[in-house]
Amino acid sequence: MQFSDSVFAARFQITRRDLESYLAEALSQGGDYADLYFEYLATSSISIDEGIVKSAAQGVSMGVGVRVIAGERTGYAYSDDLSPEKIRKAANVAAHIASGPSKIDKFDLNEGRRHNLYPVVTAPTETAFADRVDLVKRADRAARAYDNRIFQAQAVYADNLRQVLVATSDGVLSVDRQPLARMSVAALAREQNGVPQRGHAGGGGRVDLDFFLKEKTPEHFAREAAREAIAMLDAVDAPAGEMTVVLGPGWPGILLHEAVGHGLEADFNRKGVSAFSGRIGQKVASELCTVIDDGTIGNRRGSLNVDDEGQPTQRNVLIENGVLRGYLQDKLSSTLLKSNSTGSGRRESYAHIPMPRMTNTFMLAGESAPEDIIRSVPKGLYCVSFGGGQVDITSGNFVFSASESYFIEDGKLTRPVKNATLIGNGPEALKYVSMVGNDLKLDEGVGVCGKEGQSVPVGVGIPTIKIDRMTVGGTA
Amino acid sequence: MNGNLLELAAGIVKRAQAAGATDAECTIAEGDEFSANIRMREVENLKEAGSRGAGLRILKGKRTGSSYTSDLSPEGIDHLLKSAIELADITTDDPDAGLPNAAELGSIGGDLQLYSADIEGLDTALKIDTARRAEDAALSADPRIANSEGASFDTHVGRHIFANSRGFAGEYRSSYCGFSCVPVARDGESMERDYWESSSRRFDKLESPESVGRKAAARALRRLNAVKVETQRVPVVFEPRTARSLLDSLFEAVHGMLIYRHESFLAGKLGEKVASDRVTIVDDATLPGLFGSSPFDDEGVPSRRTVVMDQGVLKSYLLNTYAAKKLGLKTTGNASRGLSGNAGIGHGNFYLEPGVQTPEQIIAAIPNGFYVTELIGMGVNIVTGDYSRGAAGLWIRNGELAFAVSEVTIAANLKDMLMGIDAVGNDLEFRSSISAPTLMIGEMTVGGK
Repeated sequence: MQFSDSVFAARFQITRRDLESYLAEALSQGGDYADLYFEYLATSSISIDEGIVKSAAQGVSMGVGVRVIAGERTGYAYSDDLSPEKIRKAANVAAHIASGPSKIDKFDLNEGRRHNLYPVVTAPTETAFADRVDLVKRADRAARAYDNRIFQAQAVYADNLRQVLVATSDGVLSVDRQPLARMSVAALAREQNGVPQRGHAGGGGRVDLDFFLKEKTPEHFAREAAREAIAMLDAVDAPAGEMTVVLGPGWPGILLHEAVGHGLEADFNRKGVSAFSGRIGQKVASELCTVIDDGTIGNRRGSLNVDDEGQPTQRNVLIENGVLRGYLQDKLSSTLLKSNSTGSGRRESYAHIPMPRMTNTFMLAGESAPEDIIRSVPKGLYCVSFGGGQVDITSGNFVFSASESYFIEDGKLTRPVKNATLIGNGPEALKYVSMVGNDLKLDEGVGVCGKEGQSVPVGVGIPTIKIDRMTVGGTA
Repeated sequence: MNGNLLELAAGIVKRAQAAGATDAECTIAEGDEFSANIRMREVENLKEAGSRGAGLRILKGKRTGSSYTSDLSPEGIDHLLKSAIELADITTDDPDAGLPNAAELGSIGGDLQLYSADIEGLDTALKIDTARRAEDAALSADPRIANSEGASFDTHVGRHIFANSRGFAGEYRSSYCGFSCVPVARDGESMERDYWESSSRRFDKLESPESVGRKAAARALRRLNAVKVETQRVPVVFEPRTARSLLDSLFEAVHGMLIYRHESFLAGKLGEKVASDRVTIVDDATLPGLFGSSPFDDEGVPSRRTVVMDQGVLKSYLLNTYAAKKLGLKTTGNASRGLSGNAGIGHGNFYLEPGVQTPEQIIAAIPNGFYVTELIGMGVNIVTGDYSRGAAGLWIRNGELAFAVSEVTIAANLKDMLMGIDAVGNDLEFRSSISAPTLMIGEMTVGGK
C-alpha cells in the first residue's frame, strides 16, 4: 500500500506537506529526531457462553503519537483528534523535551522497502458479522459434543484491523495495514459430582476469515479445549523439586520468550540492568540451542511488514549454537549503542512510546526424534501446554506455568499432572538442554506479551526439547 | 467539542431508544495523563496527553449489541449508534439480560474525596524533582546501589459519566498521583532490583521521596546473594505486598461470573466455613479518598460495603445485575466495565481485616520458614484452587530473617491455604484498591533443589 491510498491520506486528507510541517514543529526546540505514528484501529469481538451469544461489540479508535528524541531524552504527546491544530499542539508539547534552536528544517520523506507478509484482501473485520457469529456457535456445539462430561463451554472470536502511518525526521514514510484475528475456546469438564477441570485452546494470526473456515476451524480449537479438560480430570498432584523436564513442540516455546527473549531487549542491556548485559559472545546455552526472533514469517501473529518505527522487520539470531549473538534493537537503543535497528521497535498504540520487543521467537529444530527424547527419560515431566510466564530481567529468574503435563516413567508417558509452575534462571537454564527434536512447531497464534504496561501480539515456537534439570513447583 | 458530557451521554441513550433499542446504557470517560521518567538522575521521558471515548450498549428485547468510539464528533456518534443497533440483530436471546430496576439505581451522597484540584496545577519541575529525589536517595543509600532502572512520577485526572434508559445519569471526577523508584543492587555476580512507591488522590498525601527511595534501596539490597533452598514443607509468611496478590486471587474466586459458571473453587459454598477464624474479608467502595471508591458502579447502582468472609465463613459473592440474576441473588453494586461490551465485575476496596500481631511477632514464632517478598507468574487455577508460583524472599531461621532466597516455587491448594491462615498482622495499609496485612500460612511446599 502507498501513502496516497492510506486511510490517513484518503479520508483525513493528510498530505506529505502536513507531515513535514508537524515534524518541523516537533523539532522546533532543537530535538535530534522526531517521528509521527498515526493509527486507525477498528475492532470487533463476539462471545458465546452457555450456548447463548451474549455479547457482540465493535468500535473504532484513532489517534496520533508524536515523539521527539534529544540525546537520551524522549518527549511524547498524543492526540485522539486528527485535526491539524490538535496534531500541531501535540508536536509542540513533545518538542519541549529539547531546548535550543531548531537544527533541521528540511525533510525528505521516502516510502522505503517493506515486506508483504499478510496480503489479506478482505480483513476479517471487514466481513459480514453473521459469518463471524457462526464461528463461536460452531465452537460451542463442538466442545459440548466432544464428551458428555463437558458441561460448560465458552468461545470468543475477536479481530481487528490496524492501519498505521509512520513518518520520521530522517525520511522514513511507511504505511501498513495490519489485520489480526483470534479465536479462543474454553471447556469445563467434570465427572458426576466431581471437581471441574478447565481446558482451553485458541489460535489465529494475520489472516483472512478463510483461515477459520478451512485451516483451523472452530471445531479444531473446541475439540482441543475439550480434550485438555477431559485429560486433566485424572490429574494427580504435581511433583516438587529439580527434575528432568521435556517440553513438547509449539507453545512451550514460551520458555524462550521468558528465559532469553526479554533479557535480550536492548533497552535493558543499554542500561546494564539485564542478567544478559555484557554477555555477547559468551556461552549462555548448550550448543544444541539456536534461538531466532523473526518478524518476517507470513501471516504469523507476531509478524509485521514494518515495525512501529517504520523499519522493515527482519530475522535476528539471538543465540547461535549456544553463544549469545545479539540484542533486539529499536531506534533509540540502536542510536545510543551505535548499532542498527533490528526492526524491533514496537508499541501498543499511538498513546505509547515504542521500545524493543520480540516478534516470533523460536528455537531451530535439532536432530532427535521426539519419541527418542521421551524414551531417554527414566523419570521426569513432559509438558505440552502452558498458561502464561513472567521474568525478572535483573536476576534472570523466570517462570512459566504448565497447564497440561504428564509424568514420564521409564521412558513412557503415564499419568496427567496438575498445574505447576516451572522456574529457572535465564542465562543458566538452557545450558541443561541435552536433546533437541526435529519437530519444530510454531504456536497456534494466541500470544500476548506485556512489558511496562504495554501489550503486543507475539508468537513463539520450539521443537521437543529435553532439559536435564529444572525446578518444578508442585506439592508432591 | 466541549459540550456537557453528561448531556451527551443522556442524549445518546435517548437516540438509541428512538432507533429501536428497548434499553440502552452509555459510558463516557475522559482523562489527562502525565508521566515523567528519570534515570541516573537525568530526565529520560516526558509524556503528556488527553483522551476521551464513549461506549454504548443496547438491548433489543433480550438481545444485546455494543459499540465504542474515540470520535465524539456528530459523525462519530452516528456511527456509534448504528454499530450497536446492527449488532443486536445478530446476537441470541438471553433470558437474563437486562438493566437494574429503577429502584436499585442511585448514587451515594457525601464527598468521597476522589478528586483533588492540586494535581492539575502541579508544576512539571516539581513532578520531575520528586522522582529525581527518590532515585537520588536510593543511589546514595549504599555503594552496592550503582545502577537504577529509574524513577517515575505519574498523574491522571479523569471524569467518568454514565447514563441509562431507566433514568440514571451521573458523573464523577477522580485524580491520581504517584511516584516509584526501581534501584538495582549489585554485589559481585549477584544483581537484583526491587521497587517501592507512594500514590494518592492528593499530592500532599504522598510519602517523602527520600523515604520511598531508601525503602526501595533496602529492598533491593536484602535480595543480594540469594540462594536456592532444598525442597521442603514449611510455614510461609506473605508480607503485605505479596499478601495483596493472594487477595487478587480471592477476588477472582468470589467473582459472580466465575461462580455461576462453576469456574471457582468457592462456587456453591455460600454460608460455609472456607477459611480460618482469623479471616474477615470486606469489599467497601464507600471509603473516602481511596482508589477503590466510587459513588456508583458501572450500571448506576450505589456503591456499598459488602462483607465477603466473616471469621472464615463465606458470606457473599461480588455481583453485578447479570450474575445476581443467574444466581437468584441481588446485585452487590460491583458492576465494572470499560467502554466496550457487557458489564463485568470489579471490586471496590477489597481488603482483609487486620489482626493484632505485629509482623515481627509473627516471624519470631517460626523456627524454620519462608518470608515471601516477591511472587512471579500466573500459576493460580481458580477452578480447582491449585496454586503454584515463583517466589523470592528471605528465609526465617529461629524467628529471624536470616538470608535471601530466590528461584524457588511455593505451592498448595487455595482451599487449604485459606483454612491454614494461622496469623494475620496488624499492618494493613490501603496502598491500592486491594490490600492485605502480613499473613502466615501454616504449611506450603517450597520447591527448590
